[in-house]
Amino acid sequence: MTGSSAPANGTKPKQYSYYPGCAIKGTGIAYEESLLEVYRLLGVAWQELTDWSCCGAQAYMTVDAGQSCMLSARNLRIAYQSGSHDIVAPCSACYLALRKCKDYVERYPRMREVVGDFMPASDLQAIANVRVRHALDMLYVDIGPSAFRARATRPWPGGKVACYYGCQAVRPYSEVDRDGNPMRMDELLEAVGVPVAQWPLKTKCCGSSHTGTLHEVGVRMGYLLLKEAVRRGAEAVITICPLCQFNLDVYQKDMTRSTGESFDIPILFLPQALGWALGADHRALGLHRGISGAETLRRWFAGPREGASDG
Amino acid sequence: MTAVSSAAKRQPVPEGWTPRIVAFFCHWCAYSAADLAGVDRRTHCSDLRVIRVMCSGRVDPQFVLDAFAKGADGVLIGACHPGDCHYVDGNSKALRRFVLLRRTIEALGIEPERLRLEGISASEAERVRAVAEAMSERLRALGPLSRRAFVSSAETASDPNGEGAHG
Amino acid sequence: MADAPRIGVYVCHCGANISATVDVAAVAADAESLPNVVAARHYTYMCSDAGLALVQADIRELGLNRVVVAACSPHLHEPTFRRALASAGLNPHLLQMANIREQDAWIHTDRESATRKACDLVRAAVHRVALHTPLDIRKAAVRPDVLVIGGGIAGMHAALTVANAGKHVYLVEREFSIGGQMARYDKTFPTLDCSLCIQAPKMTAVRTHENITLWTGSEVEEVYGHVGDYRARIRRRARYVDENLCVGCLQCVDACCYDGDLIPDAFNMGLSGRKPIYLPFAHAVPTVVAVDPGSCLNFTRGGCDRPCTDVCGRDALDFDQTPWVEEIEVGSIVVATGFEPFDARKATEYGYGIYPNVYTSMEVERLINASGPTAGEVILRDGTRPQAIGVIYCVGSRDERYNPWCSRVCCMTALKLSHLLCERTGAEVYNFYIDMRAAGKGQEEFYQRVLNDGVQFVRGKVAEVCDWALDPSEEGKLVIRVEDTMTGYVRRVPVDMVVLTVGMSPRSDSDELRRTLNVGCSGDGFYRERHAKLAPVGTLTDGIFIAGCCQGPKDISDSVSQAGSAAAEAIALSVKGSYDLDPITARVVAESCSGCRVCMPLCPFGAIGYAEPGGKCEINAALCTGCGACVAGCPSGAIRQGMFDDAQVFAELSGLLLGAGSGSSGSASGRVPPAVSLQPSAEATGSALR
Repeated sequence: MTGSSAPANGTKPKQYSYYPGCAIKGTGIAYEESLLEVYRLLGVAWQELTDWSCCGAQAYMTVDAGQSCMLSARNLRIAYQSGSHDIVAPCSACYLALRKCKDYVERYPRMREVVGDFMPASDLQAIANVRVRHALDMLYVDIGPSAFRARATRPWPGGKVACYYGCQAVRPYSEVDRDGNPMRMDELLEAVGVPVAQWPLKTKCCGSSHTGTLHEVGVRMGYLLLKEAVRRGAEAVITICPLCQFNLDVYQKDMTRSTGESFDIPILFLPQALGWALGADHRALGLHRGISGAETLRRWFAGPREGASDG
Repeated sequence: MTAVSSAAKRQPVPEGWTPRIVAFFCHWCAYSAADLAGVDRRTHCSDLRVIRVMCSGRVDPQFVLDAFAKGADGVLIGACHPGDCHYVDGNSKALRRFVLLRRTIEALGIEPERLRLEGISASEAERVRAVAEAMSERLRALGPLSRRAFVSSAETASDPNGEGAHG
Repeated sequence: MADAPRIGVYVCHCGANISATVDVAAVAADAESLPNVVAARHYTYMCSDAGLALVQADIRELGLNRVVVAACSPHLHEPTFRRALASAGLNPHLLQMANIREQDAWIHTDRESATRKACDLVRAAVHRVALHTPLDIRKAAVRPDVLVIGGGIAGMHAALTVANAGKHVYLVEREFSIGGQMARYDKTFPTLDCSLCIQAPKMTAVRTHENITLWTGSEVEEVYGHVGDYRARIRRRARYVDENLCVGCLQCVDACCYDGDLIPDAFNMGLSGRKPIYLPFAHAVPTVVAVDPGSCLNFTRGGCDRPCTDVCGRDALDFDQTPWVEEIEVGSIVVATGFEPFDARKATEYGYGIYPNVYTSMEVERLINASGPTAGEVILRDGTRPQAIGVIYCVGSRDERYNPWCSRVCCMTALKLSHLLCERTGAEVYNFYIDMRAAGKGQEEFYQRVLNDGVQFVRGKVAEVCDWALDPSEEGKLVIRVEDTMTGYVRRVPVDMVVLTVGMSPRSDSDELRRTLNVGCSGDGFYRERHAKLAPVGTLTDGIFIAGCCQGPKDISDSVSQAGSAAAEAIALSVKGSYDLDPITARVVAESCSGCRVCMPLCPFGAIGYAEPGGKCEINAALCTGCGACVAGCPSGAIRQGMFDDAQVFAELSGLLLGAGSGSSGSASGRVPPAVSLQPSAEATGSALR
């Protein structure tokens, strides 16, 4: 897949390597739809990485860091060879795996050896030139709040939102945003007129890694997040990671069951909200896909006015 | 990263070969940093041999050519960072000479990467280690310096013990 | 150089520091076969009396006229060995050191290659020293006056010590009062002395001492020269008040027409406000007000009625004052510029700057101080009084994200503040620490005392301070989340007030002053001492000494000890009256000079002149610093330099590279004797020695 809408003036825009990762193609499809829609509206040129493979994140990293790193190195090499040296990963787990790979190869001779078994030394050196970008980092730094403010055409139809950054985007590398009280997502959303609730749990673990094994523990961690978000006046939570989004979205009934407190709030992706402000169609942004808070989403985005154009 | 494409004829690397690097370190910054690397026990390759000079501005281009002629596989000049020179701007004098010298050695058939100039402040012990390792790694890739091409011309140019025989 | 060189080579074991990695016997044996070497020995400690005696005996008995010592860095013991040569009747500059400790044994682990390297370095030194010539040491006069930079406790103590020895001191302080950080503290650990009570007499003594010229509101702008003869330019800010007329009655402050005390008071860490005309703090020395041109209406709006001028009975206000520069000449400089408290905003997880009731330890010092913004009452920013207080240790210390070092004083500061907060508020006080470091005199005892106060201790690094409640007991509180490593549980401790015990950072502008003075910093950004153990107050620049926290975190007692030591060094120089300059200066060999004058712009110190009649360049030895830029630049090779002459460096190179890469084969085996063999290969010695 590629996307480009080169400006008429003939200057060639910077092209990004787009690395979707597995979650984006599955449960997080709305993230991809909305991000690429935002790119289309802003004229961002991108090219999906040819023949990309698993990033090696999550459990793989803990079982065999070398093999995991090798997978990421392979993807970085493809990005380098494509000539588009900024690789954008919307998924925080992918971002971290790719970023870690670069760091480990640079720092640890042993890791260079392991990965070096799979590729020539020149390729290993080449990946040092690839810049690993999280989608938030790219949207904030390369486009920026003022550009979004200038392009925003549609008011926010909903209530306050809480920005949830999750753990992997900001830790251990504080390149996407600082690890304590990150603000970039807040700033982007405020720029397009979305009211933001401030809360202290922006980077607290969502429990995603636990829901498969210690389900009750994982669900409780998600519950603490949503409870506090609601207490601070948020009616939706905006995320930048398909794993966080999934975890907070699909287990709300379990939360209600285990605590007796009723939860049904939408969990959105950042580009869904940004794309809305830019005037995108609600289906093009995947705003019809959420599990929880479906009623709220319909009320906000597919009201009579929007519904008419939807048909 | 471009592949090395130099005029130098590549020699087969003899077994057990290690690069010989002559380092001219200024007394105030680079030499102090090298001492600090020792105090901190920052273990690194033993290819570097340091010659202390008061200032990187003292490094006569002849020193560098002579080092190559006498068997060095690489020459490193360790200077203060810009603005840090104990003698105001000796490091910028070294930089000017370095740029010309790199061209000169290339003309002599020596890969320019064999000569490096690095700013190393007195506190940067880690940098000494990193630079030594990086340079050694690079030289190991390049192999021993082939001296056939230039030794005769360089030897006539440098007359180490004679006074006033430069130029 | 009438006599042929007779060289002695001495290889030091340095206990096992060198000999554990380098085969010292093999190095000595290798040296024995080098040209002109008469004796080569190795010994446990060459720098010891016995080691030096060994060298001296050889000089006398074997008629040595050159010496090579393979040991530590010349930075450390070159002076020691030079003295030994001199007392055995040899010119001290007939010595060359080979650095086989810092730059060999300490950075390598492979014995064979380390030994090979040591052999190379010794061979280089042997070749070089043969060309050394006796040099005469130039003596430079030392100006008796001393400049002390920084008027905190260290600077004041250094200034007083020098002044009491009868030498004149210029004490330069950036703020409009001396006193430094110590003036902010309420009490000092572990004795709980009132900080100001013990410091105030010193401040007064500095102000009134006949041998001290005190310049507050002043900064060192430029320093040039060398040991014994430093010239400094001191920029003095305008305070718009005549220091000699103002008596500190403060009527002008009361009269000032600026509405309200709105300007954050820096001395009170911004916890209170002041007017544009102000006294830095209640016990400021000199007790003279200053005008802040950034807020005074006379400057910001181009004029006001100036009630301050009207009310001043001594006509002390002077709005026409402009900054001016004082130029002074001193023999040595003591740097005592102190530290900066760590900026707690950087540690975002602790919520400083987000939650109003999170304080730094420096703020709490003011908060509990009787002369502080609340007159010693612990009233929080939201007007409440705390029932529970959490004290977090190691904020900005022992943290690889910011400052990896231990700031040394914070454990004791935290204990002191816990004790005082406990005493003054009756609140429940919780301490969260990683390790308790109470190593100084009386400090462990103080820890025990605070334990008995009933203060709670939780061992664990705090994860975060937040304001979200898990249950009703936490509503409206700050919650400290921490892993209690004693019990293995993650705890949530709700409190009303959080105290962040901030560590010490180098001053943010320490790098600027470092450049001005030409001294070094360690990796942490604090000024680097000449030697950590043996020259803790010296720097690599002779005649510049460091004291107090600019060298590294330390408490008041250590700062004062170090200041006394730095002052003693300055006094020693001043009393001696002269200083030996290294004879590394350059000189022009007139016969070879073509008079092209290429060297003249190369000299950073304008030491090179051109003599018209002869058409030759000349170097003024008094101005030459021996950098050698002109030596390298002379196209005729007409400039010679003591200790760094071309021939000496070429000889060093020859020795270093002997046998290396000779011919295009680049043979590895032929260049160096293997570490175990005592006999160098014939071709290695044969080819290059004559």
